Amino acid sequence: MTRGSDTGPGRRAAPSARAARRRQRVEHSVLAGAGLLLLAFMAAPLLGLFATASFRDFVAGLQHPLVWPALRLSLITTSASLAVVVALGTPLAWVLARAQRATRLVETVLELPIVIPPAVAGIALLLAFGRRSLLGALYPPGWSLSFTTSAVVLAQVFVSAPFFVQAALSAFRRIDPHLLLVARSFGAHPLRVFARVGLPLAAPGLLAGALLSWARALGEFGATLMFAGNLEGKTQTLPLAIYTAMEADLRAAQSLSIVLVVLALLLLVGVRALLRSLDGGEVR
Amino acid sequence: MSWLLLRVIGMKRPFSRRACLGALLGALACKSEAPAPATSTATPAAAAAAQAAAKEELVVFAAASLRDAFGNLKAEFKRTHPNLELTFNFAGTQELRAQLEHGAVVDVFASADQKSMDQLESASRVRKPAIFARNEPVIVVAQEQASKVSGLADLPALDKLVIGVPDVPIGRYTEQILSNANKTLGADFSSRVQKKIASRELDARQVLAKVMLGEADAGVVYRTDANSAHDKLAVVSIPADMNVVAEYPLAVVAAAPHPALAEEWLNFVLSPAGQELLGQAGFLPPAVAALQ
Repeated sequence: MTRGSDTGPGRRAAPSARAARRRQRVEHSVLAGAGLLLLAFMAAPLLGLFATASFRDFVAGLQHPLVWPALRLSLITTSASLAVVVALGTPLAWVLARAQRATRLVETVLELPIVIPPAVAGIALLLAFGRRSLLGALYPPGWSLSFTTSAVVLAQVFVSAPFFVQAALSAFRRIDPHLLLVARSFGAHPLRVFARVGLPLAAPGLLAGALLSWARALGEFGATLMFAGNLEGKTQTLPLAIYTAMEADLRAAQSLSIVLVVLALLLLVGVRALLRSLDGGEVR
Repeated sequence: MSWLLLRVIGMKRPFSRRACLGALLGALACKSEAPAPATSTATPAAAAAAQAAAKEELVVFAAASLRDAFGNLKAEFKRTHPNLELTFNFAGTQELRAQLEHGAVVDVFASADQKSMDQLESASRVRKPAIFARNEPVIVVAQEQASKVSGLADLPALDKLVIGVPDVPIGRYTEQILSNANKTLGADFSSRVQKKIASRELDARQVLAKVMLGEADAGVVYRTDANSAHDKLAVVSIPADMNVVAEYPLAVVAAAPHPALAEEWLNFVLSPAGQELLGQAGFLPPAVAALQ
């Protein structure tokens, strides 16, 4: 602002270079400002969660009677659902990435669980796999899928699979088709091409997708509550335990949430570090 | 079908389609009914003044079980307050209390639970709560199992029971009912029931949904919940000597932006016309002593 006098008509060349630089700086700061705004907004609730609680609250959270059964169940069920998602989602993404037709339609169907509110997804699961569904007629008398730990896993698979399949699909699509063609021309069977060429090349994308999908499964609440119910040790995962604790005491719920956030952060940071070391920093 | 399901699971929307529908039906029904209620200030002059006045606003936080009944009450109340913009927030009592404690701007709070109201009153967040209704827990049974259940004693014979978590009012009442029943049905009755519990839901609506969909064989919900779905399940009463009837208190919020109007709503709910509409939804009137 003190340079206002510089921009006189007599001194055109130098100021215009300076003006260009200044403009660049302004544009950079506009972009950075917009980005920072979102960052601050995203960080605020997290800060709120931590700032209003002390370390003692965190310890109290760990000692809450609902925590350990729920934590254990969350780790078991999310491991199981991640295994299902990766085992079945990888071949699906591979086939879709190679397919010529109908992929748009299939992709859209696969994305729907991202859009559907989880509680509605839970209802949809009940209508598809509940006792009164078409499938339910085939269940042995007295048996049902709902209210079991398997139902928790299925709910998690339903809501988290799209995240993995999307990531895997774009990872497979980024592979240079010539590499696959070369492998085939050397006589490799399709399964071998998939295992020895496709998988290693897409590995970083697959791992990133798996991580995202796992995180979604860990936070899953609505579909689980609807489809699997809420029973300690059997279907009460950590998010359900948090909600249950909230009915009694908001602070207990906050402590439990901090446990969940810390756990998720540790795992996310750990896996990312692992990825970087595996992969020379391609996945950040 | 789908929005009905959404309703059943108690989707928390401040502007419920059902409430609006309820209000509409209520308005239609009320046309053929008794004269307008005499609220404390509804003299013709006051009504005219209200009509002339600019838009009035009132925000009511109410327990989820009041959704249908308050929808009808709103329609009736609006006859004397045509310019009123009455906004409801229906949710679990605990959740509403948490919102209130964190600064939600509210005029009236209607709780399904004396405990929550007591806590708010001792924190001076509400003024002079009054019991305006009572709600009686009942057993709801999935249609497939309806023939097997004629009372509390039949519950342990079923496979999958669903009740509320002990931290929410309906769950707490259910636990009390089960332990009351131990006296007549055997000391191990409640533990036999506990063994068959498949899920502890976070509110009565969730319990109702599980039974309506046939996933659970039976559950315990309020009479008003059961009434709203009586054609999709069987309803079995709990004997009065074992039952624990829920008392619903109502209060004007201390920081209410519209205290006078809030007071009017409170009086209307307690008025004979308000009580009549609550009764139609399945609520019991408050015990005589509470009404004064």
